[in-house]
Amino acid sequence: MRRHFKTIASVAVTVAVTVAALTACGPKEPASEGGTPEMRRLTEEQYRNTVGDLFGPTITFGGRFDPLARTDGLIQLGARTARVTPSGFEQYYTLARSIAAQVVDEEHRETLISCTPADPKTADDACARKFYAQVGRLLYRRPLTDDEIKTPTVAAHDVATSMQNFYNGLAYGLAGMMVGPKFLFVMENTEADPDRKGEVRLNADARASRLSFLLWNSMPDDMLLTAASKGELFTKEGVKRQVDRMVASPKLEGGVRAFFTDFLDLRKFETLEKDPVIYPSFNVKAGEDAKEQILRTIADHVVTRELDYRDLFITRHTFVTAALARIYRIPAGRPDGGWTAYEFAESGPRAGLVAQIGFLAVNSHPGRSSPTIRGRAVREVLLCQKVPDPLSNVDFSLFNDPNSPHRTARQRLTAHAVTPACAGCHKITDPIGLGLENFDGSGALRNMENGEAIDASGDVDGIAFKDAKGLEKALRDSPAVPTCLVNRLYAYALGRPIESGDKNAVAYFQEAFAKDDYRVPALLRRLTASDAFFKVRLPKSEAATQARATDGLSAKDTPS
Amino acid sequence: MSILLPRAPARRRLLRAMCGGGMVTLALPFLDCYLDNKGTALAATGAPIPTRFGTWHWGMGHTPGHAIAEKRESSPGIEFLSETESLKPFGNKLSYFGNFMMPLDGSSNFTHFTGWVANRCGTPPAHNTEIPATTFDLMIADVIGNNTRFKTIDVTSVGIPRENYSARSTNSLGAAETSPVAVYARLFGPDFIDPNKADFKPDPAIMLQKSVLSAFTEENKAFVKGLGASDRARLDEYFTSVRQIENQLAIQLEKPPHNEACLVPKMPAELAADGTSGAREMGKVIETHKIMSKLLAMAVACNQTRVFNMVFTDANGNVRRTGESYTHHILTHEEAIDPKVGYQPLAYWFNKQCMDGFATYLQTLDSIKEGDGTLLDNCLVFASSETNYARVHTIDGIPTYLAGKAGGKVKSGMHVIGRGDPITRIGFTIMRLLGVPIDKWGTNSLATNKAITEIMV
Repeated sequence: MRRHFKTIASVAVTVAVTVAALTACGPKEPASEGGTPEMRRLTEEQYRNTVGDLFGPTITFGGRFDPLARTDGLIQLGARTARVTPSGFEQYYTLARSIAAQVVDEEHRETLISCTPADPKTADDACARKFYAQVGRLLYRRPLTDDEIKTPTVAAHDVATSMQNFYNGLAYGLAGMMVGPKFLFVMENTEADPDRKGEVRLNADARASRLSFLLWNSMPDDMLLTAASKGELFTKEGVKRQVDRMVASPKLEGGVRAFFTDFLDLRKFETLEKDPVIYPSFNVKAGEDAKEQILRTIADHVVTRELDYRDLFITRHTFVTAALARIYRIPAGRPDGGWTAYEFAESGPRAGLVAQIGFLAVNSHPGRSSPTIRGRAVREVLLCQKVPDPLSNVDFSLFNDPNSPHRTARQRLTAHAVTPACAGCHKITDPIGLGLENFDGSGALRNMENGEAIDASGDVDGIAFKDAKGLEKALRDSPAVPTCLVNRLYAYALGRPIESGDKNAVAYFQEAFAKDDYRVPALLRRLTASDAFFKVRLPKSEAATQARATDGLSAKDTPS
Repeated sequence: MSILLPRAPARRRLLRAMCGGGMVTLALPFLDCYLDNKGTALAATGAPIPTRFGTWHWGMGHTPGHAIAEKRESSPGIEFLSETESLKPFGNKLSYFGNFMMPLDGSSNFTHFTGWVANRCGTPPAHNTEIPATTFDLMIADVIGNNTRFKTIDVTSVGIPRENYSARSTNSLGAAETSPVAVYARLFGPDFIDPNKADFKPDPAIMLQKSVLSAFTEENKAFVKGLGASDRARLDEYFTSVRQIENQLAIQLEKPPHNEACLVPKMPAELAADGTSGAREMGKVIETHKIMSKLLAMAVACNQTRVFNMVFTDANGNVRRTGESYTHHILTHEEAIDPKVGYQPLAYWFNKQCMDGFATYLQTLDSIKEGDGTLLDNCLVFASSETNYARVHTIDGIPTYLAGKAGGKVKSGMHVIGRGDPITRIGFTIMRLLGVPIDKWGTNSLATNKAITEIMV
């Protein structure tokens, strides 16, 4: 990765003014080793958000993106090793041409292009240069060099001259920028740390990107980049000023939604299908609304109302549409299909995220519930615990005997788990998942299965419960729940897996989260105010390279 | 794109675009160096017909004892049983490979994953998402796929873009096309040049696009210098992808030769979204596959690509049948064996649908006349699954078919017995047939340097 070791002589690195509100209360942050800087491919959402923030919502585009591998529990971590395939580049190219064409069309040019060419039938280098400098700074998330402005300007000149159309030229240059690696990859550039000899730090622009992709899941805006250019992101108070502004922005909800979409593995909704004969109420709209219900509930709970994260597992407050209300069998939902706030009855069977249709349906079969899949999702997603993969040579003969007396999932799983090799894993998953058996594969309430009353009792890590609400209460009180969130958010924020050198920092954030009453915005503030958030280091081999260089580079592995 | 109205470009600029942006060569429509000297000539042009390669995947393998009969000495051909009966008409155009083994040398069998990965990469994955090496279709594409608009085309009828079994690594997995309309737009949209249209004028806008891309590439290459090895490798792959688009643009500047086999299809209607059943209902999968097959076959006939990959049903068996609680995958595990017939009836139904789908695919390729034969005769299609018997996840003896004659390079109509040899012998043989310069393929017990000579002409 190209690292610019510009000495930021103009930057006053004094951090004498600390942010009292963040450091005076709660535990003290331990020293952190930091991780190596990364080069991350923009995720699909980040690409879409950037284009939306930059050019507005009237620029429309569809398209498909190369999938990212979910790594260490997060798709975000797959971005640090993701490449661009030929078909992926072809797609970027198609998208860039389409977006650029819209930006310069008659509908948008007045608002999106800050200058008017002297003659729209020919090149206007001054106007083009101005446009590329402005737009490029946001696309590349840093100021452009003269050469980087020159390349699209020359391209625009040639095309405009050839086609006798200034705007065509402008679009060609813009499309060229949008298919470049400087846009498609978030590069974490570093520079020599003036306070720590021999060490490096993230440069100002890289700090701006870390903040904006964590809090907004989008590019840094003009104010953030301006703060970066003034060196303000090297001071605690400068960062706090920006974080205060960003947390107050409506875009925070987008950032929080992006994290929870990744954390809760909501990508699974892409393949959610229910059998229309078995579950006639569960149509495509219900599936889409079920995912949105999860995110809407979370955004309301953790962002709008800043409530205790753990209470997400017992809250009765949510939002529903008519499509969901049919499955919930509740008198709610607007005639236009829109969203309305709803409170589940205190005496009813439902409360919390895990008893929502989305979680129940996406962790089931197309026509049947699955205590095992549901239990595994709770373990792996909500508690950050690894459940071993099923054995490859399982004998299901006991389980699938057509003359079996087993009518309920509990009975079937009990029969299955008599096989010692299977029992180990099913002991981990099933006692949790069986607690949700009062909800069928579509998430609808039921009390009987095949004419037999359902027993929804179970236990999670030794805490016994009688039904789904009991399970949710057990999750709410489980220390593993907030710990898991902190671990995932830490990795997500830094864009890399947790390493051994992060142990103390992670413990600090876990403690701080408790002190802050498990409020996610407070955790975000803690994270962004911490030294750990921006801390980076070079691999040893590269540190040696750096020591020899007066103006060098760095990367996570040795240049060869 | 609306702004790219082709107008006469300034001559000086265009010359600069063409020369400065890399030489716009007079790209030959067919890559001569790997043309088959056994192949026949295209009637209209006299040019030899190229060999093409395709893969076709179905999930969940076969029903033991009901797909292909054990080979008998007296019968060298394939004895199709009930599950594969729809393949009978193609008995002389395909070969079946049974009893090839997949030794893992202690690696885990990650269910529904290791099978296809090891079969296509020659090495098993170390974890359940790893693609440890380039899949062999891309090794073939690197040889025969450089002079067509698309190096490969990857489609799936199961509606999940991630279910694409063609990749260079774990982190280099493209999204498969899932929409017939999108496939049509990509293949036969505005950028397609009909070889049978009399008038052809190179689009000056394409020359400019190519020139602009080249200018940015030069600038972007400068900043690669400071990268570490792994990030540089990632950007090297990025630049390879850019070159492919540049190549695509260069091809669009040349008039393709007249091609009788190329009949531009009509744009398909978007499949009805009825709001209840999605893409993975088996009827919809079959419908999508039928349309996709036609588009893919015509893309091959029209020389848009020479390597094409189709996933009929995915390795996780996500397809379902209306009214059934379980997917194909779950049925293979949880459906009871009916003692009267000796198999799992519902899982068998899905397996049979898969073979019917394969027959449809072959029929589509075989229906396009090309030279003295058909498109299928000039193709080699590797069809395989990720497991042999899904109920217990066996990966030894994964059923594999080779269809087509590769322009006369391959004998067909044979039932080839692996006798315990590694399954990689099949992939190795295909690569040797199609000119991939390798002496050995695979790792550890999957390594082989022995082609299956009995199918080679």
